[in-house]
Amino acid sequence: MEHALLRLDRVTLRTVQRVLIDSVSLPIELGQRWAVLGPNGAGKSTLLAAIAGARAVDDGTVQLGGHDVAALAADALARQRALLTDRWMDPFASSVLDTVLTARYVFRDETEAHAAARGWLQRFDCEALADRDVRRLSRGERQRVAIATALAQDTPLVLLDEPTAHQDPRHQALVIAELTALPGRAVVASLHDLNAATRFASHALLVWGDGRWTGGPAIEVLTAALLSDLFATPITRVESGDEVFFHVHRRAA
Amino acid sequence: MRVTRSSALLGLALAAGASLVAALAIGSVHLPAGDLVAALSGTSAPGADIVLGLRAPRALSGFAVGATLALSGALLQGLLRNPLADPYILGISGGAAVAALAALAAGVGAAWVQGAAMLGALMTLALLFLLARRSLYSIDMTGAGQAAGSVLLTGVMLASLAAALMSLMLTLAPDGRLRSMMFWLLGDLSGSTDLLPALFALSLAGVLLVVGLADARSLNLMLRGDLQAYTQGVRVDVTRRRLVLVAAVATACAVTLGGAVGFVGFVAPHLVRMLIGNDQRALLPASMLLGGTLVVVADTIARTAFAPLQLPVGVLTALIGAPVFLWFLGRR
Repeated sequence: MEHALLRLDRVTLRTVQRVLIDSVSLPIELGQRWAVLGPNGAGKSTLLAAIAGARAVDDGTVQLGGHDVAALAADALARQRALLTDRWMDPFASSVLDTVLTARYVFRDETEAHAAARGWLQRFDCEALADRDVRRLSRGERQRVAIATALAQDTPLVLLDEPTAHQDPRHQALVIAELTALPGRAVVASLHDLNAATRFASHALLVWGDGRWTGGPAIEVLTAALLSDLFATPITRVESGDEVFFHVHRRAA
Repeated sequence: MRVTRSSALLGLALAAGASLVAALAIGSVHLPAGDLVAALSGTSAPGADIVLGLRAPRALSGFAVGATLALSGALLQGLLRNPLADPYILGISGGAAVAALAALAAGVGAAWVQGAAMLGALMTLALLFLLARRSLYSIDMTGAGQAAGSVLLTGVMLASLAAALMSLMLTLAPDGRLRSMMFWLLGDLSGSTDLLPALFALSLAGVLLVVGLADARSLNLMLRGDLQAYTQGVRVDVTRRRLVLVAAVATACAVTLGGAVGFVGFVAPHLVRMLIGNDQRALLPASMLLGGTLVVVADTIARTAFAPLQLPVGVLTALIGAPVFLWFLGRR
């Protein structure tokens, strides 16, 4: 309880018009994998940005390694957390390898950085792309390069905004498998695919977008009842062997 | 066509040296190689006054102008994440031009024109920081690139305002002064007859390069967006302010010495990117060497091609630069 890697303490996020998330308090520990779920516009990206220190919270504090993120400098934050955003800019030509190497900005170890970057590219099935221009990749490939970049930053906390976006089934499974195989880190990822979320998450945070939220161990939070309410759509739970699936029905008229 | 960075830098440095020697040797008075060496080593030789008194200040000024313009262009293309950016895009040179044209219209001497240009550039820079302070003192966390865009728009408006004032002055100026005003606007080095300002500009260019290089790694990351760079550890707002300042002072230095020499600041960084890629740590020095070389070569042609008539160097930089750029673009 004393030394959670990340502690959200009564964090409130608002837009001009409404309250997105009202007074969420959670400890997030190393080794945990949190899925953040909620309808479009509910504030998932905003929450990730706030945890990353890239957006001010409207109330409460985000404590990372015992420090308020609002008080940490950019380079100190960069050693603690990485953030995958849902948008990237590539105005100039750059190789995939150089793109991943940007993650090593706060480190100054060029040879080690190259090995690490190539290793992450390999884990996300991008090693063949290393010398390609990032502007010529498909969206799915570019997304996996961005995930590799976030992980190459080698931070205890990894924040990922829709890491499975643009992935074909094989690569979605690969991304989820790699994200569940990160010992010694805490991963917080917003996801839209419920089945990807069940495979990935040890914990889940549901945000309704009107201030309501609920968070805890996945087995307690990822239930048909809560998810049906969250997305205002009938969702049922299907068990097949030892795997659990969620089936999304057409909305009742 | 990619070459290694060190060989590119070495090649560009050799080209720069060769262009300077050629600029000293070539002219209406032919100087044999022996006399050139003698003049440079300080012995009184026939032609020493031509080399040291006329050609050296002009060649060194030309090199400083090209180098500072290329540095400014490279920095602004990166900072604004816009490949079309050039040293004049933020209106710094427009402000310098307004002040310089006013001085020329008043008919004062060359030193006053240079002083006015520097003052105009610095005042425009202050105005830019005042008007774009919200963007310059914040980090754009939306990931949409608005902060850089807003600095760009503010600069473009300042440049437009300056252009209107320039047109007004050209319309109202007495006929006898129009020619010198036009030459200033096209970029002209015929006023560079003193060694001291040239040496000062060269040392300033060196200082600006050192300051720029200290932030080159950060700029590499900022190319990919404020938010991305910030999460990777870059102090985006501080770095942007410092580099905008470096780019603006570089532009001010160039226009003070040589007027609004066009095209070099835009094309030199692009040519270097095609050669060695976009790592700012190599791009900045390489662009400066190439920009300097391009202006020295252009000015040597400008003052000899139609001798005794002298062309403004700005005409030649675009005449040479544009086809070279198109040729490179076609080869890729």
